[in-house]
Amino acid sequence: MAAKSTIKSEGGKVRRVIVVGGGLAGLMTVIKLCEAKVPVDLISLVPVKRSHSVCAQGGINASVNTKGEGDSPQVHLEETAYGGDFLGNQPPIKGMADAAPGIVYMLDRMGVPFNRTAEGLLDFRRFGGTLFHRTAFAGATTGQQLLYALDEQVRRWETTDVTDEHGVSLPGEKMVRKFEFWDFLQAILDDKGNCVGCVAQDLKSMQIKHFAGDAVVLATGGCGIIFGRSTLSVICTGTAAAAVYQQGACYANGEFIQVHPTAIPGADKLRLISESARGEGGRVWVPKDKNEKRAGKDVPEKERDYLLERMYPGYGNLVPRDIASRAIFQTCFHEERGVFNPTTGKNEDEVYLDLTHKDEKFLRGKLAGILEIYEKFAGVDPYKNPMKVFPAVHYSMGGLWVDYERDVKGSLKIGSPRNHSTNIPGLYAVGEVDYQYHGANRLGANSLLSCIWGGMACGPAVASYTKNLAKSALDLPSSTWEKAEKKAQAEYDRILKQNQDKKDTENAYRMHQELGDTMLRDVTIERHNDKLEKVLAKLDELDERVKNVKSTDDSPRVNQGAQFVRHLENMLVLARVIAQGAKNRDESRGAHYKPDFPKRNDEEFLRTTLALHEKKGAIKYVRELDYAIHGAAVHVTDAVDTTLVAPRTRSYEQAGAASAAAVGKLDPKSQQSAGKGA
Amino acid sequence: MIMAEKTTAKEGSGKLVHLRIKRQDGPGKDDTIRWEEFKVPYLPLMNVNSALQQIQKDPVTTAGKTVAPVVWEAACLEEVCGSCTMLINGKVRQACSALVDSIAPGGEMITIEPMSKFPCERDLIVDRSRMFESLKQVKAWIELDGTHELGPGPRESQESQEERYPLSRCMTCGCCVEACPQYSDASSFIGPAALNQVRLFNLHPSGAMHKNARLESVMGEGGVADCGKAQNCVEVCPKEIPLVDSISVVARETTKRMLFGWLLK
Repeated sequence: MAAKSTIKSEGGKVRRVIVVGGGLAGLMTVIKLCEAKVPVDLISLVPVKRSHSVCAQGGINASVNTKGEGDSPQVHLEETAYGGDFLGNQPPIKGMADAAPGIVYMLDRMGVPFNRTAEGLLDFRRFGGTLFHRTAFAGATTGQQLLYALDEQVRRWETTDVTDEHGVSLPGEKMVRKFEFWDFLQAILDDKGNCVGCVAQDLKSMQIKHFAGDAVVLATGGCGIIFGRSTLSVICTGTAAAAVYQQGACYANGEFIQVHPTAIPGADKLRLISESARGEGGRVWVPKDKNEKRAGKDVPEKERDYLLERMYPGYGNLVPRDIASRAIFQTCFHEERGVFNPTTGKNEDEVYLDLTHKDEKFLRGKLAGILEIYEKFAGVDPYKNPMKVFPAVHYSMGGLWVDYERDVKGSLKIGSPRNHSTNIPGLYAVGEVDYQYHGANRLGANSLLSCIWGGMACGPAVASYTKNLAKSALDLPSSTWEKAEKKAQAEYDRILKQNQDKKDTENAYRMHQELGDTMLRDVTIERHNDKLEKVLAKLDELDERVKNVKSTDDSPRVNQGAQFVRHLENMLVLARVIAQGAKNRDESRGAHYKPDFPKRNDEEFLRTTLALHEKKGAIKYVRELDYAIHGAAVHVTDAVDTTLVAPRTRSYEQAGAASAAAVGKLDPKSQQSAGKGA
Repeated sequence: MIMAEKTTAKEGSGKLVHLRIKRQDGPGKDDTIRWEEFKVPYLPLMNVNSALQQIQKDPVTTAGKTVAPVVWEAACLEEVCGSCTMLINGKVRQACSALVDSIAPGGEMITIEPMSKFPCERDLIVDRSRMFESLKQVKAWIELDGTHELGPGPRESQESQEERYPLSRCMTCGCCVEACPQYSDASSFIGPAALNQVRLFNLHPSGAMHKNARLESVMGEGGVADCGKAQNCVEVCPKEIPLVDSISVVARETTKRMLFGWLLK
């Protein structure tokens, strides 16, 4: 039986849900919760307007088909499943692809300054893994514009009063309360193992405090900082995911890390140059002569090797990211044909990404945002010179395992409390921190979509979960919160105090660099089991040495040093999940590539990797999971639902290969060869 | 991948970057204000952000004293989030896009301070919440009926999109208000960033339906009339937003509203 009031607890407090993370997924979840009359506490590491979603550049996919190409959500579904090498559960993908046009229209209504056609309609451009113009965009800062639109709507909810069942305002209670500059520490679980809130730390006063909530939603983004430098913001350490993983949440497909083919090398960050550069006509090449000394712009057309166009004539420069990254890596690392640098006398790990053949006014209208970044950070004018780029860690397809409920049409059933639920009841995950939607490789411009769609699915799921709770979490005895706060405080005090008097201690920042170098070298584009063994041994070593870390800071205010020690400890935990998962998967699929096992093996590996924390340094891999929502048991296995698009061999040599089934051009032979694990 | 080794290996150049940083332990703790100097190893393509990261790895001043590493806000490191705004050699800008090669090509000392117009939280971190509160005051949003499917938004010409898009790139970084002589803790002037939002939302067909409420929110004390027309804001805006134009548009519109608004009541 549900609690008497959905608005107030029996103790008279306003019932709230806690959303952690204020990027696109978190903010969309907040908006959906508010629309369902569920008040929210929104916790974020940074002011939400500065979340990592702001970095997304190229656009958001939706099969609106305004160019008359015959695009449809069915094609979008197929290309997403195919692009993900069939590791993604298809009902959630179908839900997302079907909802995409409506999502772009909603953003349009929110005032996002999307680029327009001459007729005043939304303009769409091409992205990787498709031949259709499916990507809506606002210059080359689409993520920023989308984040701002949702941030504005959430700010509006911040000024809106909570009302009771009779529509009467509750004085002083706003629909959204923001807690910015707060770091998530732990979920709080009740005796039955349900999530009833979380503990977080104010990063200014360093105060540790509990947040009681009928549910907690983690929308805390990716974990690319585990790889040292990446295209991610420095806040994307994966610390919240690692924390709840250690509390029993399952982590799925951790080994699937996307390496983006085109980023600018840098000392602190590898800055992304969006796929939209290629979507708008950019071409990747290296000089045919590996000792070519002339500047890129002076190398004549016939002396250039347009490697992607040569290797993949069907999709050319717009092959999916895993394929483009491998091709560039092959060219630079194995063939040593990267751009020659006369100063160092070496072939650098760089290829050209060239837009100089395009009209400058056209480029300014569509790509100014990224070309500015190149100009500012590389110091070279990309309108006149080919850019120099190299692959960089970009996105985690894996993440916290989340459930979904399938409806009769094979789509995701909106309003089911199972959607986006982790295996800890009351704990939800959405956005890059979850593992849903992208399988073994994410297509470009599907991330903004999956974040917003995820929020649209997660919000109603959480509302339905909380409204059917027998008792509000806020009515739990105060000892629940005191215990949780005490434990978190003790953890923090340990970090502050440990090794303070010792000599020969470790520095957390330097250790992070070691971790990053190891992961970047051996757990990205190409993976070898012997090297992965060494990575795991290195992680053992770091697990030992991290105990010897001394916080560089003992200040009672804004103590970033101690905070970083916590993040580092958590990064080590997730690094192991990633590396061990990679070791276990003896096949090649999407972003996971083992030269010793170059083929996909559906018979053994068309399944989700499910990792559970056993103890420090030990992972338990399972084939099935059990959990319960409102007392009803849910049993799931690691089987992937591929009932909507049958698995087939994934290849991009032939134009249209990725959409062949939806457009009725599937060669029956190709379907056979892959389903059986070729 | 090899990229890691290229820039993180011990650089043999021996070249150092010289930083002089203003530090403070917390809000109101003016007695703790001090300058500390650091010399950190130079890295190719280095910016002020990565120089500060080097201090974290070895927090020792040039005087040989081990100190707590300098704290600062950082997130995207590509000048799109607005976090790492600070004063670098006296100029307000983002630390991520301040390349060492261009600000100190000959190894000159780089002076770093927190922004002066906001309360200092510690070292280079300041509290910019006043700017976010201003966004509430001017109702910088579209009054959306809901996020359910209601079809496309209003059609828009390419020209109109090209006018709105640059205005919409404001990161709430604080450069404009830092440079503004009228903006301070002693004045209630709302500042260029929020006024630009008034223009942005009043340009949108749905936003324009609530145009007057936005104009009225900046008509009183601390509103658009408090602008002293120094035009510093537009000089320092990292996103090159035409802030002076925005302020004059909003000033013109509020004047119209003040003169003729009563006629429409």
